[in-house]
Amino acid sequence: MIQTPAHLRAEAEGLSAPFPDLLAAAEHLASTVLLGDHGRRAAGMGDAFWQFRPAQPGDPLRRIDWRRSARGDEQFVREREWQIAQSVILWIDQAASMGFTSGDHDTKLARARVLGLAAAILLIRGGERVGLTGFILPPRAGEAQIERLASALLTDTGDDFGEPEARGMLPHSRALFISDFMGDPAPVEAALAKAADRGVGGALLMVLDPEEEAFPYDGRTIFESMAGRVSHETLKAGDLRGRYLERLADRKDLLQGWARAAGWQFDVHHTNDSAHAALLWLFGAMERV
Amino acid sequence: MWSIGPVGFAAPWLLVALAALPILWLILRAVPPAPIRRRFPGVALLLGLTDDETQTDRTPWWLLLLRMLAVAAAIIGFAGPVLNPQDRQPGTGPLLVLLDGSWGEAADWSARMERVDALLAEAARDGRTVAMVSLTDDRSDAIEFLAADAWRSRLPGFAPQPWQPNADAHTTFLTRIADLDDFDTFWMSDGLQRDVRADVLTELEAKGDVTVFESARPLYALQPVEFVDGAVAVTALRRDPGAETEISVSAYGRDPSGVDRALAGLTLDFAEGDTTAEGQLSLPPELRNRVTRLSIGGARSAGAVTLTDDGLKRREVALIAGREDREGLELLSPLHFLEQALVPTADLIDGAMSDILLANPDVIILADVTQVPESADVLEWVNDGGMLLRFAGTRLAAAEVGRGAEDPLLPVRLRVGGRSVGGAMSWGEPKTIREFGPESPFFGLPVPQDVAVTAQVMAEPDPTLSERTIAALTDGTPLVTRKRVGDGQVVLFHVTANAEWSSVPLSGLFVAMLERLAVANRSAQPSAEDLEGTTWVPQVQLDGFGELVPAGTSAGIPGETLAGGVAGSDLIPGLYAGDDRALAVNAVARDTALARQVWPARIPVEGLAVDRETPLKGYALAFGLVLLLVDVFASLFLSGRLSGPRAQTAALVLAALVFAQPAEAQTVSSDQDRIDALALAATAEVVLAHVVTGDRQVDDVTAAGLRGISRTLFQRTAIEPADPIGVNIETDELSFFPFLYWPVTATQPTPSAEAYVKLNRYLRGGGMILFDTRDAEVSRFGANSPESRKLRELAAPLDIPPLAPIPQDHVLTRAFYLLQDFPGRAAGAEVWVEAPPADAEQIEGMPFRNLNDGVTPVVLGGNDWAAAWAIDRNGSWLYPVGRGFAGERQREISLRFGVNLIMHVLTGNYKSDQVHVPALLDRLGQ
Repeated sequence: MIQTPAHLRAEAEGLSAPFPDLLAAAEHLASTVLLGDHGRRAAGMGDAFWQFRPAQPGDPLRRIDWRRSARGDEQFVREREWQIAQSVILWIDQAASMGFTSGDHDTKLARARVLGLAAAILLIRGGERVGLTGFILPPRAGEAQIERLASALLTDTGDDFGEPEARGMLPHSRALFISDFMGDPAPVEAALAKAADRGVGGALLMVLDPEEEAFPYDGRTIFESMAGRVSHETLKAGDLRGRYLERLADRKDLLQGWARAAGWQFDVHHTNDSAHAALLWLFGAMERV
Repeated sequence: MWSIGPVGFAAPWLLVALAALPILWLILRAVPPAPIRRRFPGVALLLGLTDDETQTDRTPWWLLLLRMLAVAAAIIGFAGPVLNPQDRQPGTGPLLVLLDGSWGEAADWSARMERVDALLAEAARDGRTVAMVSLTDDRSDAIEFLAADAWRSRLPGFAPQPWQPNADAHTTFLTRIADLDDFDTFWMSDGLQRDVRADVLTELEAKGDVTVFESARPLYALQPVEFVDGAVAVTALRRDPGAETEISVSAYGRDPSGVDRALAGLTLDFAEGDTTAEGQLSLPPELRNRVTRLSIGGARSAGAVTLTDDGLKRREVALIAGREDREGLELLSPLHFLEQALVPTADLIDGAMSDILLANPDVIILADVTQVPESADVLEWVNDGGMLLRFAGTRLAAAEVGRGAEDPLLPVRLRVGGRSVGGAMSWGEPKTIREFGPESPFFGLPVPQDVAVTAQVMAEPDPTLSERTIAALTDGTPLVTRKRVGDGQVVLFHVTANAEWSSVPLSGLFVAMLERLAVANRSAQPSAEDLEGTTWVPQVQLDGFGELVPAGTSAGIPGETLAGGVAGSDLIPGLYAGDDRALAVNAVARDTALARQVWPARIPVEGLAVDRETPLKGYALAFGLVLLLVDVFASLFLSGRLSGPRAQTAALVLAALVFAQPAEAQTVSSDQDRIDALALAATAEVVLAHVVTGDRQVDDVTAAGLRGISRTLFQRTAIEPADPIGVNIETDELSFFPFLYWPVTATQPTPSAEAYVKLNRYLRGGGMILFDTRDAEVSRFGANSPESRKLRELAAPLDIPPLAPIPQDHVLTRAFYLLQDFPGRAAGAEVWVEAPPADAEQIEGMPFRNLNDGVTPVVLGGNDWAAAWAIDRNGSWLYPVGRGFAGERQREISLRFGVNLIMHVLTGNYKSDQVHVPALLDRLGQ
C-alpha cells in the first residue's frame, strides 16, 4: 500500500472514530503551566465557567460579574474552572525489522504507525498536546499537529533494529513506545530508566508478526535480518523452534519486568489481530497511568 | 538375447552401469540440500543457537534410495527389457492347423483362435504355407496350403459345431491328406477321447511333426434329462475326474409373460474322482411344462445345454365322469381304467368344470357325460387348442344329445340307443377292431385279436362320417371318431371307458391309442420303427456355443435319422417337430461318456496360453520418472519449501493426477433427470402437447398454436394450461398428456412398433390425438394429398374406432361454445371423429341424440388450426386468417373450436347430459 500522509491520516481517523475522546488523567500538573482542556474540578485558571461567588473584599473590581450582580444587591464574582493540558510523546520504531510481514496482513510498521497516529488523534481531540520523542516534533495541540505527526511518521530509518529515542521527554509527561523490541534491549532499558527519572509514565506496545510467534520454518535455512546485516544459518530450522520461542518469551518477560519497574504498561499485539483491540488497550493504558 | 528368468534384455551391456550406483550413492550422500534464504526479523533471537544434530547435512537414506531406484530404473529401462522373449527355432515347410471344431472347444474358443492367430503369425514370419481344417467340417475337397496371412483373415469364419467329429469325418479327413506332401501339424484338440484319433495321428506323424494343443479348462456336459418318479433326473458329465466340484444347472423356459428366463436351478456335486453327477429337479407340473432347456451355468458350449421335448412335458388331463362313483365298485368306475392308463404319464385334475377350465388342461376326458357343463366355455377352450375326449355309455346312448343336428361337442350325430352285439340277447359275435388305415393316427398299432366290442353307440351316416372315423370295427361301424374344432379336436370313443361294453380298456392297445392321441406321453425314446416314414422339421437349433438359433428354412429330416439320435452334420442338435409332438436332439446323447484323450508320450502337448513378447522399456522408464517426481516433492519437503501456498498447489496437482476420474455416470443420471423433469412439467399443471414431427417450422407453428389456445383457455375458461410441450413419441412418456396435437407432414418418419404400442395404450387410456393434415386449403380433407396418404399410413396401426364427420349433435358442438363448423386457417373441410353408435336415436322433443359415452379418441381434419391459433411471444397473431372482419370471425370460431375440443377432452361428455338440455335450448333460441 502506498503510504502518503493523507492516506495514513485517513486510515487513522477511521480507526479512531468510534472511540470517545481519550482524556488522559493528569497526575502532576504543577510543572506544566500551559493551559489545556482538562478541568480540575476546582476553581482556577481556565476558559470554562465554574461558579459565581459573592465578591469579597480584595477582589479586583474587574472580576465582578456585573450581569449577575445587577439582579440583586450583592456583587458576584465569576470563577472559571482550573484547566490544564497533558503532553504525550510518541516513539514508533521505524527500523527495517518493522517492515516484515508473513502474509496478506499489514507489515508491523504499518500497524504500528496506524495505532500510534490513532492514539495521537484521540489525544489531540481530547485536547492533549502530542509530539514525538527527540527534538523533531515537540508536543503541540491542535488538528494541524496530526498532519505534522503523520508526515514525521512516514520517514523510515535504514537501521536493522530501532532504539528508543528518550531525549526531549518533558518531565511528568506521558510516553508511548511502539516497536517489535527485537533488537538489543539495552537502549530500551536505558530509555525506561530515563523516563522513570523524569516521572514520565506510559505504555510499551510490542507489535509482532504471527510467524515471529510461531516460527513455522523447517529445513536448511539461512535467516537474515531485514536489512541483511545480521544472518544466521541453520541446517534444521525446525529444531530451533523451541529455543527460539523460549528466547522470545524471555524477551517479553524482560520488557514486562522493566515496564512494571518504571510504572509503565506493556502489551503484545499481533499484526493478524484487529487493530481496534490494540487501540482499546492503549486507551486503557493511557487512562491507568 | 541375454535374459534373467522371463525377462530378456536387448542391450544387456548397459546393465554394467548399475555397478556405478554405489559411487553415485556416496556423491549424493555428501551433497546436502540447498539452503533457503529467508528474511526474518527474529534472527536477533536466533543468534548463537546451534543445531543439535549434525548428520542432517547429509541427504537422508530413503531419499538416496529413491534416487538410486530412479537411476536404476532408467538404466534397466534403456537396457531394453522384454518379458517372455521369443527365440524359438523357426519351422519350415507347410503347416497344417487341424481343429476338432466340436462343442468341446466352444468354452475357450476365443483363446484357441488367439493361439491359432499367434501360430499363424509365426508361420507368416517364417514364410510357411498353412492349411486349416476343421474335423467337423464335412468338406471333402483337397486341402490347399495358402499363405498364413490369408488364413488369419479367415479365422473369424471358423466356429465350433454342436457335435463331435465321428469316425466318418476322420476317414474323410484321412482321404483328404493322403496325397499331400510332408507337412507339420498343429492339432487344436478338444481333449475328448475318440478312438479314431490314433489312426489319424499315425497318418499325421507319417507326414511330419505333430504338436497338440489342449486346454486345461474343465469340460462339462449335460446328458438329456429324463422324467423319473415325478422329478426330472439331471445327469452331468465331466471330462477330467478330479477334485470335488460343484456346478449349477439352470432350467430355462418362457415365463407366463413370454420372457425366456431361468425357471429353476439345482446344484450338482461331482464326488472326487467321479466323472458323473446326478441330481433331481422337482418342479410343479405348470413350471415343468414350461422348461425348454437346461444348461450348466458358466459353461458355454452346446454340450452343456440339453433341450427338453415332449418327454418332459406332462399333459394335464381332467377327468369327469357322468355318474357318481359307487363305493366298492372301483372296477366299474368309468374312470378307473383311464386313471390307471394315465397316472404314469400325465397329471390328472378333477373338480368342477368351471375350476378345470381355469387350470387350462391339455385334455378334458368326459366319460359318459351327456350335457357338457359350461359348454360355451368348453367350446371356446377346444377352439383354442384343447382336446375333448369323450367316452360313450348308457347315458349317452339314451340321451337326446346329437340326435337331430350335430352337437358342437360331439364329432358325429348319434343314433338312438346304440347297439349291442354278441350278448346273450343278440345275434352275432362280439366285434373285433379293424386294422387302422394310413389316415388314422393309430396307424401302425398292432390290433390284438382278443379285443372285442359288445356294445357301442352308433353314428348317423353323414358325408363326413368316414373321414371323421379314425378307428372302426371289423363291420365298419365307427369305434373312435374325431372332429377338428378350431385349433383343437373333439374325440369320441363309441364305447365306455370301463370294461362294460368292450375289452378295449383292458388291452395295451388302449394305452397306445391314448398315446397316439397325445393324451398320454410316450415315456420311452421312440425307436426307428416308430419313426419310420415320418418327417421332422427343425424348430430351433443349437450352435456350438449352446445358443439357440432359429432353424429358418432348414429341410426336414426323416424319422429314421432322428431315431439314431447321434448329433452330426446331418442331425444338427435342436428341437424337431413332427405331427403331434416334438423331439429334441442333443449334442450329448444319453449314453455318451466323456474321457480325456491320452496322447502318446512322443507327442508334445501344449496349452493355449500365448506368450507374447512384452517390451518393458516404457514401464521401467515411467517408473523411473514417477520416482523422480516423488523425489521432487520429497526434496521440497526436506528443505522446508513444501509449505504455504506452494504446498496447496502441489497437493492440488497431485490430487488431480491421482483422482482424475471419468465422469460417465453423470450422463445416465442426466437422462433420468430429463425424464423426471418432463414428468414434473407435464403433471404439475394441465399441459397441452404436440408431437414433434422433425420439421422445424411445423413444430414451431404447432407450439405457437398451442400457446395461443392455452392463452385463450386461460382467459376464458377455468382451464389454465401451462406452456405447451413438444413430445417425442419414441422416447417420451405420453400418459401425462390429456391431448396430443399431431401435425401430419408428408416427410415425418413413421413411428416404431414400440411407439405404436405406446400410442395405442395412450388412446385406450383416454388420451385424444388431433391429427391435422394442414392441407384443407389445397385439397379437401380426405382427398389424395401427400399428407392424407401419410395420415393413412400413420394411423393404420392405431386402434381407431369407426369414424364419421362430426354430426350436428355431437358434444363437440356444445362443449363450451355452441358451434356448427370448425374452421382453422382453412374453413369448410369436414372434421372426423368417432362415429356415433348405429342405434342412437333421437327422442321426440329432444334436440340431441343421447350419444355414446366416452370421448372420441381421435379427431382428424385438415384445417390447420395451429396456424390460426398461433401467437408469438408478445401475444399477437402470427398468421393472418381470411380477410378483414370475416377473417377475424373465422379465427374466433377457430379458437372456440379449440376451447370446445379441450373442454371435451377434459370433461368428457358432461355437456351431453340431458340435464343441460333446457339451458341449451334456451341458448339456441328454440
